[in-house]
Amino acid sequence: MASEYISSDMVEVSEFPHLAVKYNVQGVPATIVNEKHSLVGAQPEMDVVRMALKAIGK
Amino acid sequence: MEMGVLKDRDKKTLTKVFGELTGQVKLVMFTQEVECEYCQLTREMVEEIAALSDKLSVEVHDFVQDASKAKEFGVDIIPAVVVMGDRDYGIRFYGIPAGYEFNTLIETILDVSRGEHGLPQSVVDELAKVDQPVHLQVMITPT
Repeated sequence: MASEYISSDMVEVSEFPHLAVKYNVQGVPATIVNEKHSLVGAQPEMDVVRMALKAIGK
Repeated sequence: MEMGVLKDRDKKTLTKVFGELTGQVKLVMFTQEVECEYCQLTREMVEEIAALSDKLSVEVHDFVQDASKAKEFGVDIIPAVVVMGDRDYGIRFYGIPAGYEFNTLIETILDVSRGEHGLPQSVVDELAKVDQPVHLQVMITPT
């Protein structure tokens, strides 16, 4: 909501096991950023933002 | 006798919570004609939630027949629920929002309605540096 560039999905991965395989999800919650970078566990908001910046090369 | 997905007690609590809604929220739900088990439960859930406040509405689409609508919303798996306020904030729930995720859905509805994200200013400042699309997918399991 705070950024027009960010979209956010909540994925109930047990209903979509192919996504768990695709993103190599070993534990939940796991946050996948732009289909590649991943963060495991519940993360502080700032860490998610930094990961988002890293994903776009900043 | 209780009918539906939500318990009467939950409906009572939610009705109270939804008193805090300000702006309209639309839940755009994607399912299909022959519904998967979780598609049906999710549809019933969002319909029951929306019935609790006149600030809430539901729009149900068939994922197959309304393929162009699904594409417009970027929905490629079902059940899917888009939580929209005065605009589409890019928030999607895939799979049934049960257990802890039910709370997340309700909080999201409240935030979207009020147009408030509740993030501290330091995070908002950092977010301002994001100038290209970023897609976050939070993988969770029902608890």
